[in-house]
Amino acid sequence: MAPKVGLFIPCYIDQLYPQVGIATLKTLEHFGCDVEYPESQTCCGQPMANTGCTNDVGPLAKRFLDIFKSYDAVVCPSGSCVSMVKHHYDEYFTDNPEYEALKAKTFEFCEYLTNVLGIDKLAGRFPHKVGLHQSCHGLRELRLASASELRIEPFGPARALLESIDGVEVTTLKRPDECCGFGGTFAVAEEAVSCMMGEDRVSDHEQAGTEVLTALDMSCLMHMSGIIRRQQKPIRVMHISEIFAESL
Amino acid sequence: MPAHPKLATEFVKNKERAHWHDQSLWFVRSKRDAASQQIPEWELLREQASKIKSYTVSHLPDLLEDFEKNATAKGVHVHWARDAKEHNEIVHGILKQHEVTKVVKSKSMLTEECHLNPYLERHGIEVIDTDLGERIVQLQNKPPSHLVMPAIHIKKEEIGELFHEKLGTEKGATDPQYLTEAARQHLRQKFIGAEAGITGVNFAIAETGGFVVCTNEGNADLGTSLNKLHIACMGIEKLIPRANDLSVFLRLLARSATGQPITTYSSHFHGPAPRAEMHVVLLDNGRSEISGSDEFRRSLNCIRCAACMNTCPVYRRSGGYSYEATVPGPIGSTLSPSKDAKKYSSLPFACSLCGSCTDVCPVKIDLHHQLLTWRKEIRVRGLLPFSKRISMKMMGWMMQAPRLYRFVGKCARAIVPRLPRFLLYNRFNAWGKQRELPDFPKQSFREWMKKNHDNK
Ligand code: SF4
Repeated sequence: MAPKVGLFIPCYIDQLYPQVGIATLKTLEHFGCDVEYPESQTCCGQPMANTGCTNDVGPLAKRFLDIFKSYDAVVCPSGSCVSMVKHHYDEYFTDNPEYEALKAKTFEFCEYLTNVLGIDKLAGRFPHKVGLHQSCHGLRELRLASASELRIEPFGPARALLESIDGVEVTTLKRPDECCGFGGTFAVAEEAVSCMMGEDRVSDHEQAGTEVLTALDMSCLMHMSGIIRRQQKPIRVMHISEIFAESL
Repeated sequence: MPAHPKLATEFVKNKERAHWHDQSLWFVRSKRDAASQQIPEWELLREQASKIKSYTVSHLPDLLEDFEKNATAKGVHVHWARDAKEHNEIVHGILKQHEVTKVVKSKSMLTEECHLNPYLERHGIEVIDTDLGERIVQLQNKPPSHLVMPAIHIKKEEIGELFHEKLGTEKGATDPQYLTEAARQHLRQKFIGAEAGITGVNFAIAETGGFVVCTNEGNADLGTSLNKLHIACMGIEKLIPRANDLSVFLRLLARSATGQPITTYSSHFHGPAPRAEMHVVLLDNGRSEISGSDEFRRSLNCIRCAACMNTCPVYRRSGGYSYEATVPGPIGSTLSPSKDAKKYSSLPFACSLCGSCTDVCPVKIDLHHQLLTWRKEIRVRGLLPFSKRISMKMMGWMMQAPRLYRFVGKCARAIVPRLPRFLLYNRFNAWGKQRELPDFPKQSFREWMKKNHDNK
C-alpha cells in the first residue's frame, strides 16, 4: 500500500513560494506516495525558538503533533523546519510516545526520497551548471551530508540525486559548506554581517560558474535570491524540489 | 554599551578590510582542515578529549586537591584566587615580596581576563608581553582580538607604522622579517632586564602536579629560565587528570589552532629550578558556578584553541573587538553571559546557528546549542528587547489560529505587490537594505491545493 504522507509545508513556503510546495507534492506523488496536506498547519515555531521565546513555541508544538501524528511519514521541503521538529520539541513533551514516533517519521524531502523510498536516480534532463547550497541545519543538525569540519567518509545523497539527472553539472565551490548568513531572525538583527555572508556565498557560486542556485531549504535561497536580484546577477534560484519536479 | 550588531556594522562598513580579515582566518581554518586530515583517528581523538575534559570538570574539587598536593610536594607554591581581584593581589604580593619592578609575561588570556597588566602598572611594575602578537597590541594599548593570534586584525603596514613610532624602525617599513627582527631585539632587552616571568598554563596535570605551556616563540621558556621567579596563572578548568592524557590534547591543540602538528615549544614545568621559586595561582572567577550548570558545564572543556573563531562566519566578518569580551567568537559568546548576562546579552544572537563551531571544536563543545540555550535564558531573565518579545508573541498567536494566519497572508499578498517602493524599502525594513523582498505570489500553496488537488 502507498505510504500515507503528511505534507508539512513551512509557513513561508506556503505564503511566498507555493511552487516549492507544488513541486514537492508532484515529486512525492510521482514516486507513489499518497500525499495529504493537512489544512490546519501553520508554523513549526522556529522563529520564536531561535529568538529565545520558547514559551511561545509550546502550543505550536502540541498543535503540530496533533495534526501530523496519524501519518506514516511527515515530509517537508526544508531541513531547518524538520530539525526544529525533531530536535527542539523535546522540552514540550515528556515521555510522550506519540512525539517519539513523530520524531522518527519526520523527514526532509530529499532524505525521504533517498533513505526511505530508496530512490537513487532521477530520469529527465536539466542541462545546467547547478550550485548546491548546503544549508546548515540540514548539514549539521540532520546530517544530510558530510560537513567539511569532520573527518568522516564524505557522503551527500541530495547531491548524488542531482547529479543523476542528465545534463546536471554540480559546481565546485571554494568554501563548500559555509553558512549563507540567513539564520532566521539573524538576517534582520545582524543585517550587516548577514548580507556580507550572503554576498560572499553568491560570489563563490558566481566564480564557480553556477547558473542555477539550489538548496534543500528555501529560507537560505530567499536570502541569497534577495541579494542576487538586488545586484542583478545572472543566477537563477530554484528549490531542489523544483529541479526534481522538472526532470521527472 | 554598544551591542554586537552595532560594532559589527561598523566593522563591515570597511568592506575591503572585512574581506581581508575573513580571508586571513579562513586560511587558518583551511590549514586546520588539512592538518586534521592527516590523522585518520581525528574524530576518535576528539571523542577522547571530550570525555577526559568532562570527567575533569565533574571531578574538579578532587583533582584540584591532587594537583595542589603533588605540586606542593615538588616545591611549587600553590595559591587560590576566588576572583580577578584576588588573583591580581596574589600576583602583586609575590612580586612585592621579591621587590620585582620588571616582569616579562608570555601570552596568557587569563591575565587579560583579570586585567593584570593595568593593575600591576598602577603599582609601579612594568609588564612586558613577550608574545609578538601580544606585544603589538600592548604597544597599541589594546586587548587581543583573537585567542591565539592576538594581532590578526592588524595589517603589516600598521605594524610598520606602530614600530616606527614606538621602536624607532624605519618609516614605511613593512617587511615582516625586518619588523620581527626589530621586535626580537627590543624584547631581548626586556628579557634581560626582567626580574620575574609570568606565564599562563595550557594543561596542568593532577597526577604529577606539573604543568605545560605551549608557545610558538619559546618566550615562556626564556622568560622563566632567565629569572629566578616564575608565576603561572591558570583557570581551574585547565586541569587534566593524568600525564598520559596530555598526548591527546597536544595532538589536538595546535592542529585545531593553526594547523601545525604541534606547537613549536611545549614546555613542561615540574617544580622550580635550584635556587628558584615557582608559584601557581589557581583562579575560579565564576568557573565553579558554570561547572554546576547542566546546560553550560561543557563550555569548561575548552582548551582555547580558537578553532571556533576561525571557522565562525560571524567572527570572521565582525572582528574580535565587536564582542567586547576577553574571549570573543562562539566560545566567548557562550562564556561571557555567565559573567554578566545583561552586558553580553547580544552575543548569543551574534550567531546564525550554522553549527560549524560545534563540528570544529576539538573537545566537542556543543557551542551553537549552548548559544541557543543562552537566548532562552536571556528571555527568561527579561533581557530580551521589547520589540523582539512582542513580535514573537504576536507571531505565536497568529500561528495558533490558522484562519487568522491565512487571512493575514492573503492580505499581505494582495497589498504588498501594490505598494510603492519607498514604502517597502526604507530604514524600518532591515531586510530590504541590501536585499530584495521575494515576489508575493497570487495564491498561497494552500489555496492552490484547494483548487487543483483536493477536489480532484
Ligand atoms: S570552544 Fe572548542 S574550538 Fe573554541 S576555543 Fe574552545 S576548544 Fe577551541
